Amino acid sequence: MRRVVQDVVRVLALAALCARPALASEAAPAPAARPPPEKPGQFQAEPPPFTPGIFPCTQCHTTPGDRTRRELGFHDDIHFEHDAEHRWCLDCHSNENRDVLHLSNGDPVPFTESYRLCGQCHGDKYRDWRVGVHGKRVGQWNGQKTYFLCVNCHNPHSPRFKPLTPEPRPARPEEMRR
Amino acid sequence: MSGERRTPQSLPVLPEAPADPGRRSFMRTAAAGAAVAALSGCGLEDFFRKSFRELSKGDVQKVLASLERKHSAKYGRAVTVSGAPAQPGVEFGYGLDLSRCVGCRRCVYACVKENNQSRKNPQIHWIRVLEMDKARGVDLAHAEVYYEADQVPRPGHFYMPVQCQQCRNPPCVKVCPVQATWKEPDGIVVVDYDWCIGCRCCMSACPYGARHFNWAEPTLPKEELNPVTHYLGNRPRPKGVVEKCTFCIQRTRAGRYPACVEVCPVGARKFGNLLDPESEIRRVMDTKRVFVFKEELATHPQFYYFYAT
Ligand code: SF4
Ligand code: SF4
Repeated sequence: MRRVVQDVVRVLALAALCARPALASEAAPAPAARPPPEKPGQFQAEPPPFTPGIFPCTQCHTTPGDRTRRELGFHDDIHFEHDAEHRWCLDCHSNENRDVLHLSNGDPVPFTESYRLCGQCHGDKYRDWRVGVHGKRVGQWNGQKTYFLCVNCHNPHSPRFKPLTPEPRPARPEEMRR
Repeated sequence: MSGERRTPQSLPVLPEAPADPGRRSFMRTAAAGAAVAALSGCGLEDFFRKSFRELSKGDVQKVLASLERKHSAKYGRAVTVSGAPAQPGVEFGYGLDLSRCVGCRRCVYACVKENNQSRKNPQIHWIRVLEMDKARGVDLAHAEVYYEADQVPRPGHFYMPVQCQQCRNPPCVKVCPVQATWKEPDGIVVVDYDWCIGCRCCMSACPYGARHFNWAEPTLPKEELNPVTHYLGNRPRPKGVVEKCTFCIQRTRAGRYPACVEVCPVGARKFGNLLDPESEIRRVMDTKRVFVFKEELATHPQFYYFYAT
């Protein structure tokens, strides 16, 4: 029996060895290599906009809090309109460590990588954002560029875009005559 | 060709000698030269030099240096005029997400500032934002460029900014009688303001209203000048020439995004190299619903409108 297992292992190892160069040679002629699968923290992003004096949250939240959904006394400036019927603070904020967020599987995520958290529900936007189709970029079109985090444009507690005051209309031709 | 002899005052002084047929003909020629110089408003040197595209490398440097001196003196600070050529292997593409634009006109004014457009009389805007009815779709007969609102987007409306589409088959270039406008290898349609005679044929040929005429001396307050300029882009323009969007040639040939891309608060504007499969503009083309404006005219724009959602 042991012999059979050894053989199987050997065959698998051989297959793996053969397969790797084959894959590499397949990928080689592609004109531009696809970027490697995303690693956490890969995107150079704008820092998240915190209200001054708020962060680190552990200044006040020293111990895990009460998990029950309720009106918040202190954070009364937060108008929560983000699927409020179904969501609540601790769906995103870690109860154990308030200085981080958490994914749905419980893994902690720093505020600087909040896009990983947003991407759990907004997968299509996340996919577009990663390749620069959603959201905006500044910097070099052919080099170093800054991504904006979701929260640089959307208020995470009330993400719908607020209306803007437009800049003045152009002058009509008749108004330009002297 | 020195860059210095530029004013009629620097014409050769006439010799003090009795009138003779030789001198009379010389004076006639000199007078004609002075008249031409006065008419052109820029001096003989500029008037008689070749067009920008035909200049040798050395002459380009001379022309740029002379412009830098002229603009620096006029605006009281150091102005640079670049002549950076197209980067090899680059063809620019521009994307505009109609499902995002809210019609705030931030792009219009960022463009004016970046590109040294005349502020008023004439007021020149290279970008015009059209307000349209959602119910009608893209319908120019009902588009409104002069919309006024306390807040945008207004319910029931969508917004379509229009600027030069950098056509691959540009009617504006074809009609120019003096070849003062042409398409560059990276796709930017440019104007040589020193070669433009102001006939405005290109304006009537452009189906997008993308070209604009300085019918008076442009008003550009000294303190508002953007001193980083390109010969074919945002250098201060004289009176009587046509100008247009150049995808911010002074920025994009240096690798930067156009000003309108960086200012847009909703990220509706996308820019990059169409030849690079990893660029965001190619991702747009590959994955979104894309269209070009007035496709039926076969101008083949390098400017793409799309719907990301
Ligand atoms: S800045 Fe962006 S949202 Fe505002 S009008 Fe221009 S393209 Fe539209
Ligand atoms: S949009 Fe108008 S100005 Fe621009 S390239 Fe096309 S025809 Fe010429």
